[in-house]
Amino acid sequence: MATPLFKSSIVKKLWMALTGLFLILFLVVHAGINAMIFFNDEGATFNQWAHFMGTNVLIRTAEIGLFIGFIVHIVDGLMLYFQNRKARPVRYARENAGVSSKWYSRSMALLGTLILLFLVLHMAHFWVKTRVTELSVDQKAVLIDGHLYENLYAEMDMVFQSPLVVVIYVLGCLALLYHLLHGFRSAFQTLGIGQHKYTGAIAVAGDAFSVIICALFASMPVAMYFDLIK
Amino acid sequence: MSSENMTLKLKIWRQKDSFEAGKMVDYTITGVSPDMSFLEMIDVLNDDLIRKGDDPVAFDHDCREGICGMCSMFINGEAHGPNRGVTTCQLHMRSFNDGDTIYIEPWRSQGFPVIKDLMVDRGAFDRIIQAGGFISVNTSGRTLDANAIPIAKEDADTAFDAATCIGCGACVATCPNSSAMLFVGAKVSQFALLPQGHPERKERVVNMVKQMDEEGFGNCSNIGACEVQCPKNISIEVIARMNREYFGALVKPEN
Amino acid sequence: MKLDARIPEGPLDQKWTRYKNSVRLVNPANKRNIDVIIVGTGLAGASAAASLAEMGYRVKAFCFQDSPRRAHSIAAQGGINAAKNYMNDGDSVYRLFYDTIKGGDYRSREANVHRLAEVSTNIIDQCVAQGVPFARDYGGLLDNRSFGGTQVSRTFYAKGQTGQQLLLGAYSAMSRQIGKGNVKLYNRHEMLDLVIVNGKARGIIARNLVTGELERHSAHAVVLCTGGYGNVFFLSTNAMGSNVTAGWRAHRRGAFFANPCFTQIHPTCIPVSGDHQSKLTLMSESLRNDGRIWVPKFKEDAEAIRAKKLKPTDLPEDRRDYYLERRYPAFGNLVPRDVASRAAKERCDAGFGVNATGEAVYLDFSAAIMRYGRTEATVRGIHNASEDQIRELGEKLVEAKYGNLFQMYEQIVAENPYKTPMMIYPAVHYTMGGIWVDYELMTTIPGCYACGEANFSDHGANRLGASALMQGLADGYFVLPYTIGNYLADEIRTGAISTDTPEFAQAETAVRQRLEALLSANGSNPVDYYHRKLGKIMWDKCGMGRNAEGLKQAIQEIKALRAEFDKGIKVPGSMKGMNPELEKAARVQDFLELGELMCIDALTREESCGGHFREEFQTEDGEALRMDDTYNFVSSWKFTGDASNPALHKEALIYENIKVSQRSYK
Repeated sequence: MATPLFKSSIVKKLWMALTGLFLILFLVVHAGINAMIFFNDEGATFNQWAHFMGTNVLIRTAEIGLFIGFIVHIVDGLMLYFQNRKARPVRYARENAGVSSKWYSRSMALLGTLILLFLVLHMAHFWVKTRVTELSVDQKAVLIDGHLYENLYAEMDMVFQSPLVVVIYVLGCLALLYHLLHGFRSAFQTLGIGQHKYTGAIAVAGDAFSVIICALFASMPVAMYFDLIK
Repeated sequence: MSSENMTLKLKIWRQKDSFEAGKMVDYTITGVSPDMSFLEMIDVLNDDLIRKGDDPVAFDHDCREGICGMCSMFINGEAHGPNRGVTTCQLHMRSFNDGDTIYIEPWRSQGFPVIKDLMVDRGAFDRIIQAGGFISVNTSGRTLDANAIPIAKEDADTAFDAATCIGCGACVATCPNSSAMLFVGAKVSQFALLPQGHPERKERVVNMVKQMDEEGFGNCSNIGACEVQCPKNISIEVIARMNREYFGALVKPEN
Repeated sequence: MKLDARIPEGPLDQKWTRYKNSVRLVNPANKRNIDVIIVGTGLAGASAAASLAEMGYRVKAFCFQDSPRRAHSIAAQGGINAAKNYMNDGDSVYRLFYDTIKGGDYRSREANVHRLAEVSTNIIDQCVAQGVPFARDYGGLLDNRSFGGTQVSRTFYAKGQTGQQLLLGAYSAMSRQIGKGNVKLYNRHEMLDLVIVNGKARGIIARNLVTGELERHSAHAVVLCTGGYGNVFFLSTNAMGSNVTAGWRAHRRGAFFANPCFTQIHPTCIPVSGDHQSKLTLMSESLRNDGRIWVPKFKEDAEAIRAKKLKPTDLPEDRRDYYLERRYPAFGNLVPRDVASRAAKERCDAGFGVNATGEAVYLDFSAAIMRYGRTEATVRGIHNASEDQIRELGEKLVEAKYGNLFQMYEQIVAENPYKTPMMIYPAVHYTMGGIWVDYELMTTIPGCYACGEANFSDHGANRLGASALMQGLADGYFVLPYTIGNYLADEIRTGAISTDTPEFAQAETAVRQRLEALLSANGSNPVDYYHRKLGKIMWDKCGMGRNAEGLKQAIQEIKALRAEFDKGIKVPGSMKGMNPELEKAARVQDFLELGELMCIDALTREESCGGHFREEFQTEDGEALRMDDTYNFVSSWKFTGDASNPALHKEALIYENIKVSQRSYK
């Protein structure tokens, strides 16, 4: 029973679920570390954690996994999207899809593409600068407890002075919110944990998670723009 | 509230056969009684078309009591029309108002090619069942006594709920991805829940899914429209169970 | 020709065993060279196809629907009888046999019915092994319920969808054989003629309904599992496509048609709502356990109700006529189907009917709701419950029992049956008559068999509830697979049968000419126009009550309608491609001949029995009067070339094990 890794429709959705859950895990870590900016210590804690994440061997190895996760999620998702388009060669003249499903469940590919576009910008803003080139701020490093750390906090503060960037980030979070609202519970359904006794709890947990994570992310550029944190 | 004598505008998909392209054609129908069923309304339209020398609208229908699964119209953008838990033949005209415009289209999926007008070929569903939707027991009657294996009432009831699928294809028609997983999941679930189905549960799910994929249906992305529009209210729980069965077969292919 | 039922010798309870022990067999290697055509894929057809294919025969299965799973067996609600005696209430094979003979008003064959009762238990074992999800009790064992005409609980069920679950079981068994290549499925194909070569059934002419092409298919035997002919009445609980064409074409080729006038009219169906009506919907017989049937006592009230000036709930008790309770105090609302149907018709004919058409009676649950409500209030310890409280409690209980039926009713009628009484009227439901078969289920044409509702064999003049499913599966799974071998044993040296013969060519030409004639009539009325007219004649004159004068009129009217049909029919399109109107036209043409035969049969049978009520033959109290001395036989009709002059052959019914007696429900 040799099932090629991407041939069966159920295996295809299994990949979506597994990579999706992995990315959700990444979001938790990412949001958790970024939330250090709210310590109001001029980014000291945040910069220390960012340094750890950027230098630890295990984390850097996991980062490769993260990239693969993203690529599999994107490639598999696009493949599903195009196959599904092909499965209905003649479209309906009238569709009243709204009565039986949510718009965002039907728009995962669109939302995913928006997130991907946002991600390109986001990586150019931070990841490229910390990992490949160098920060744009004048004070590139900062001394904390006798050690010199890359001043990522200052970089953030600078990037989020532009109202346009803040708006784009908030919209990016919105796209992520809707992507997660479907994605979270969908992953559990795919894994076969979709029985009545669980579905209610999973739905509530998924909705709460999506809202909290996305609100947390969105609050960062907004807070920095309005100088709400020090 | 619908009046006693309605006039409706119909937009119906007309297609001569599977080779020629089709198009939406407008019709006006008068004297529609709210007590008519939707198919009786089409009967009246056809009577009129025949008398005028036109080609009547071809559509599938048989039992007209919601159980054979033959009727299959996509009405105003919804499989089997606006009401829940009913088939097209159980829909009555009192669900519409005088002056309404009604779009009537066939099921749309690569797996369900149009034969004529509103009739589609659902042979794919039969082939999926032929690939494994059965328990391999010969019809000798020399099996175990029917009461030899007790089955918990809850399992028997859940198996029954899955088994009520009428194979109409509304799930495929309404799924934005045109996926057939609710249909396949229902049959897989029925047998997975009964001890009689266990000896070949692994080959069954793998073979049925393989056939499903070969028939040109789309992939499930858990949108959930199928369970809303299923005339037998089959839950997408059956898809979750099928996924579990499938993973089980992948991890440990032998029984 | 003398009819020989070929019933085996020996005591009743050993006939089938002895038969099986001595019947000729076909060895597996030879089976592979034998083709069998099965027409129809309902319970009988699908189970026969699966069984014969497993045994090694090469099977070709035909159905006119898009899939074998659509066959109308799927619509059966109540259940399937079997003499399992799981309830330990004294059931046995003999009791099931006895109840079936008595329920059939002593007009069926003892040996066939006993065999049916014997194999009934195997059916349940078989279906459970196939994964049919029958209802179970909390201990995990199979549940049973009781049905009309019996004193034991022997009905197995799967909620209100027993037929669906059994059919899907047979369908999956057949699908397994299709997947293995042992059955070749021809869906969307309709049999239009039987081909006979040297006196034996050797194939069929079928029309591919998608391409419109006529196809020749040959086989060593042809099995008709094509269901009943209730659609001759136009309005019935049958599916729209249910038809008699396959059986009728076989009849025209020499198969005798037995007891065509025996039709079952079910008392509790949703009444006709208007001229647009295309079919009728059954409401389960179980409703009569709690519903009280009535019409207004005075005509002025009935008229006011029909004009919608008066609501039934406003009519006081003393202005209501609970006519079943009045006429049959012992059985009340639970009299058998035929009696309840006739009584409703009698009241409506007399002008007491209630809906706009005047053809409906009330089935009222208000008394049951209040009764259940009071009990429930007592159980809950509410001693001074108000009327409203009691009603509310009662409605909940009634909902738990009949919720899905009430919902179905509301869907169709748009009235809430908890608040206002249901309206019901009898409707054609099942046909006990059918193609004559012998003990081996072979028709009078060698090599042509008939199973399930298509044959006449087991239900006499009236079928008991939950017995149709039993017979369909018994024939297909357990009877035909043995009996057909007895015939096919002679066919092992025949070899493949060519379709390139004058017989096939002649049959195909005849079909083509018939269809072309329908297409070229170029009249002005669509098929349904004539079908409705035929249905009205049949319903009025060969329905629940029949009399010589009416039947004679009906015969003349049908003849005239047939002539009108030939000239006035308008069938659009051509032979090519999908043409549903052409399909319907050919079916109605056959109904127009069958209808006349039914009237002739009803006219000839000068007695009342089961579903056949001749108004001239009733007791002083208006009950059916059977004439056992003169009419204890099967009326079997031979086609003579002229549909109006069939030849009657009688098969005497001999009761050696049962004492024939008169039914009474007073």
